[in-house]
Amino acid sequence: MQEAVIPNQTPPLEAPPAVDAIIRAVKVEKYYAQPSQNRIQVISATDLDIVPGEILALLGPSGSGKSTMLRMLSGLSVPTAGQVYWHNLPIASAEVNVSIVFQSFALFPWLTVLENVEAPLQARGVAPEERRERSMKMLDTVGLDGFEGAYPKELSGGMKQRVGFARALVVEPEVLFMDEPFSALDVLTAENLRSELLELWAKKTMPTKAVFLVTHNIEEAVLLADRIVVLGRNPGHIRTDFKVQLPQPRDRKSEPFTQLVDYIYKVLTRPDVVPAEAPDQQAGQRVRDQRQMHYQMLPHARPGGMAGLLELLLDKGGRDDIYHLADDLAFEIDDLLPIVDAAQLLGFLTIEEGDAAITPSGTEFANSEILRQKELFRGAAVKSVLLLRQIRRALEAKSDHTVPEDFFLDMLDEQFSEEECLRQMETAVAWGRYAELFDFDAGRRRFVLPDTPEEDIASETTPNEGAE
Amino acid sequence: MKPQHPLARSLVTVRSWPFLIDLGVATFGLALFLGIVQMGSYWLTRPQPSATISLSVHALPLYAFYSVVRIGLAYLLSLIFAVGYGYLAAYNARVETWMIAVLDILQSIPVLSFLPPVMLAMVALVPHYQLGLEMGAILLIFTGQVWNMAFSFYSSLKSIPREMVEASRIYRFSAWQRFWQLELPNAAIGLIWNSIVSVAGGWFALIACEMFSLKGTDFRLPGLGSYLLTAASANPVDLHALLWGLTVLVLIIVATDQLLWRPLIAWSDKFKFEQVESSSRVTSPILTLLQKSSFLLRLPGGLWERAEEKIYSRLAHGRGCSVIQPMDPPEVKGGINVLTATLGSAAGLLLLWGAIHLPALFHSVGKAEILHLFAGAAATFLRVNVSLLIAAAWTIPVGVAIGFHPKLARIAQPIAQIVASVPATALFPVLLLGLIKLGGGLGIGSIVLMLLGTQWYILFNVIAGATAIPSDLKEVSTLYRFSLWQRWTTVILPGIFPYLITGMVTASGGAWNASIFAEYFHLNGKTLEILGLGAQINSATQHNQLTILLLATILISLMVVTMNRLVWRRLYRLAETRFKLET
Repeated sequence: MQEAVIPNQTPPLEAPPAVDAIIRAVKVEKYYAQPSQNRIQVISATDLDIVPGEILALLGPSGSGKSTMLRMLSGLSVPTAGQVYWHNLPIASAEVNVSIVFQSFALFPWLTVLENVEAPLQARGVAPEERRERSMKMLDTVGLDGFEGAYPKELSGGMKQRVGFARALVVEPEVLFMDEPFSALDVLTAENLRSELLELWAKKTMPTKAVFLVTHNIEEAVLLADRIVVLGRNPGHIRTDFKVQLPQPRDRKSEPFTQLVDYIYKVLTRPDVVPAEAPDQQAGQRVRDQRQMHYQMLPHARPGGMAGLLELLLDKGGRDDIYHLADDLAFEIDDLLPIVDAAQLLGFLTIEEGDAAITPSGTEFANSEILRQKELFRGAAVKSVLLLRQIRRALEAKSDHTVPEDFFLDMLDEQFSEEECLRQMETAVAWGRYAELFDFDAGRRRFVLPDTPEEDIASETTPNEGAE
Repeated sequence: MKPQHPLARSLVTVRSWPFLIDLGVATFGLALFLGIVQMGSYWLTRPQPSATISLSVHALPLYAFYSVVRIGLAYLLSLIFAVGYGYLAAYNARVETWMIAVLDILQSIPVLSFLPPVMLAMVALVPHYQLGLEMGAILLIFTGQVWNMAFSFYSSLKSIPREMVEASRIYRFSAWQRFWQLELPNAAIGLIWNSIVSVAGGWFALIACEMFSLKGTDFRLPGLGSYLLTAASANPVDLHALLWGLTVLVLIIVATDQLLWRPLIAWSDKFKFEQVESSSRVTSPILTLLQKSSFLLRLPGGLWERAEEKIYSRLAHGRGCSVIQPMDPPEVKGGINVLTATLGSAAGLLLLWGAIHLPALFHSVGKAEILHLFAGAAATFLRVNVSLLIAAAWTIPVGVAIGFHPKLARIAQPIAQIVASVPATALFPVLLLGLIKLGGGLGIGSIVLMLLGTQWYILFNVIAGATAIPSDLKEVSTLYRFSLWQRWTTVILPGIFPYLITGMVTASGGAWNASIFAEYFHLNGKTLEILGLGAQINSATQHNQLTILLLATILISLMVVTMNRLVWRRLYRLAETRFKLET
C-alpha cells in the first residue's frame, strides 16, 4: 500500500550527496546473538547521513532503536554490522568531536557547575586558565553566570539542562547529539530552552555544524528540525525521511505545521502501511520480519486504560483524531499509542487515516458494566492473543491446572529480547488476571486456573494458531 | 534568566581564629612525625616473638599506639586492595565471575585460618627484624576487613548510572580522570560506611592476632589486644588491668568515631545522588574546623592540582583520549591476553599441586578425627543459629520500637552505635568471668560472644527498616483498627523483611567468625574448650596441626557458602521481589 504524498510539502529529496557528510552510517545493523539460532534484531541495515547545516530529528515509537541509532552514530556503540564514518574515516579510529546532551542531564553531582563544564576540556588537556575562561563564557551564553560555584542539586531541572548544554558546547563539537533533552523538563521550561537553542543555532553563536535530535515528541521535531527521519520497529528501520521546509520561527497553529504533524502521526499509527518514500526498505537482510512472528507484540497497556479510551471515544461520537485524543487526555502520544494499539489488537477499534474509530464490539464493551466488560474482554483476548490462548489451554490441559511461568518465557525467548520477554509476560499476566482467564502466583512464578471454573473458553474460538 | 542569589562559595567561609587553627594542625603534624619515628625504630629491632606484656597502666598508651598503627596500616592496605580488586573484577568480563566467587569464598574463611600461612611466610620474608612479625599481624587484620570493602567498590562501579559513563566516554575522559571524577566519587559513600564496619572488624581480629601460639612458640606482640588477653589469662585474672584496657579501647573507638568517621560522613554528603538538597544531614564540628584551616586546604590542594595538570595534559594527547571508547562489552576474542594467561596458569598449577597433595593429606587424618570435625561442625552450626534466633528475638521488637519513635531513636542510636563498635572479643574475658561466677560456662559464654558480635547488625538494620515503612501504611493500620497481631503480620514484618534479611546475612557471617574465639579461650591460667569447629580451628593453630586446620577451614567455608546460596540468597530474592516497597 502506498502512502499519500505529504500535503504542502515538496516530495522528499534524495539522500544528500555523500561528499560533505560529517557522519555517514553505511548499512549499520544492531543485533544480539541468542543462544538458539535466532538473534534479536534491534536495527536492520540502515543508511543515514548527518550533513552540515542541518538539524536532524529522529522520531519513532519506543522500541524502534532511536537511542541505539544515536549511540552508533556518535561512536559510543559499535554496530554489529556495517560501518560508521567520520569524515570518511572509520569512526573507531577517528578523532571525533561530538557532544551529547542527555535526557537525565548526566551531570556529576559532586562537581560544581564550573567543574562540570571544565571536565571535558580537562580531558583534552586544555590549560587551566583557558579552561576556566572558555567555561565561564559558555556559562554566560546559556544564562548561568553567577551559578558557577553551585552544585547541580541546588539547581532546577531547566538550569541543570542548561549546564548540560554548556558542557556539550564548550568543546565546540562539530555535531551536537541530543537524546530526548527536553523530556525530563516541564512544558514551559522545555519550550523556553527549545527557543533558546534555536536562537543559538540561527545566530551561529555555536560553532556546531549539525544537530542530531532524538525525540518522541512529534511537535518538537517539527518545530526544530530541518529534516525528520521516522523509524519503525521490529526491527528498527527507516520508514520515512524528508525535509521540513517551513520557515523559522514556526507557528504551531499554522495549517502546514499541523498538517505535517498529522502526517507523521499517520505514519506512526500505521506501522503496517509502507510510506511511499521510505528509502532503502529492502536493503540488507532482515533476520526476522514482523509477519513471520509467531507471537504478537503485546502493547503494554492496562485493560482499565482501554476501557477509559473507548468510553471517551464513544463520548466523541465513536471517531476522533488520535492526536486530539492525546490532547484531551493530556497524554504524551507515546503513552497513548500502546493503549490504542491494544484496543486495536482486541478488535475494539480500528485506525483509519490517523483517526480511531470504535467498532461494534468496542461500543458494547464501553457500554457494559464491569462483569460484562470482563466477559467481552475475555472473549476478545482469547480470540486474538495467541499467548493468552496458549496459557489458558495449557492450564486446562494439565491435571493440576498449574503451569510455571518459565515454560512460556522459554517460548517468548525465541522471539523477544530478555527484557521484552519479561514485559510481555507482565502485560499478559495483567490482561489474563483482568479477564479472569487465569491467576498468577507471583511467589512460585506459576500460572494457576482460577477456582471457579469458567466455561471452556479456549475451545470456543476458531483455531487460529500462529497467524496474525 | 538572571540569578537572584549568586552562590559564590568563596564568600561563605569566613574564617575565625585562623592562626590558632593552623597552629593546632601544625602540632598534629609534628606528633605524626614523632609517631612514625617511634614505630620505625621499634620495627627495626630484633624479632621478639614473645614480648613480655606489662600489665601496668603506664604501658597502655604505647600499646594502644602500636595497635592503632596496625589497624591503620591494615586498613590502608585493605582500601588499596579493595579498589584494585574491584576495578579488575568490574572491567574484565572474562574474570569477573571468578573473582567474585573467590571473594565470596575468602569472605567465609575465618581470620584465624589465615594465621599460620601468613605468619610463617612473613617471618620467613623478613627474618631478622620485628617488622616480619608485624607485617604478619597487619596482614591478618587486613583479612578481617578487606572483603566487604572490595564488594562495595565493585558494586559501586557496576551501578554508575549509564548516562554518566556515556558522558565520560563521549568527552573522552582518560582512565585517570574517570577514576577521580566519576568512579571514586560514586563509590565514596559506600566505601566510607563499609570502612566503619571494616575497622570494627579489624579490632575484633586484632585481639586474636596480637597473641597466639604457633609451632609450639608463643607469639606476643606488644599491643592493646595482647594486653587484654594477658590480663585475662593471668592467674588470678588481673581485673584492674582488664578494665583499664577496656576503657582505653572504648576511648579510642569513640575518638575514631568523632574525629574520623563523622567528619567523613558529613563530607561524603556531596557524593549523594540527590535531585534536591535534603534538609537533614550529619554535621561535624571537626570537618568545619578543617575546612577553615587554610594551611590544610591550600598547601596539599595546590601541590596536587599542579601535579595533576601535568598528568592531564600528558594523557590528553595519548592514544586512549583521542578516540571515543565504545560502551559495548568487548567481544570475547579468540586470543588470550597475558594477564588472563598468567592468572589461569597460576590457578591451574595450584590446583594440580593440591590434587597431588590432597590424598596424602587425608590419609594422615584418622577416621575418628574426621568424625570429630563433623560433630564440631554440627555443634557450631547449632550455636550460630541459636545465637541468631536470640538476636532476632530481642532486636526485632526493640528495633521497631526505636524506628517508630524518632525521639527514642535520637537517644538510643548513638549509644547503641558506640556499644556496638566495642569489639566483642575484648569484652569476652570480663563476661566469661561473670558467667563462671554465676555457674555458667563456655557453652553459654560462646553463644553470648556470638550474640555480642552480631546482634547489632540485625538491630541497626531493623531500625532502618522500621524507619523506612511509609507513614501512610502505619496510618492505614491505625485507621482500620488492626489488632496487634494483624499490625505485625501485615505491616511491620513484611516492611522490615528486606532489612532484616540483610542484617541476618551479615550477622550469620559474623557469628561463624566469632565461633573461633568463642569456643576456645585462655582464662585464669586455664584453657577452656568446648566441642565445636571454631575450637578445633583455634586449637589446631596452637598445636600446629595444619591438616586439621585446613580441613576445618574447608568445612567452615563450605557451610557458610552453602548457607548463603541455599538460604540467604533465596530469602534475599524474595525480599527484593515480593517485599520491596516501591517508592
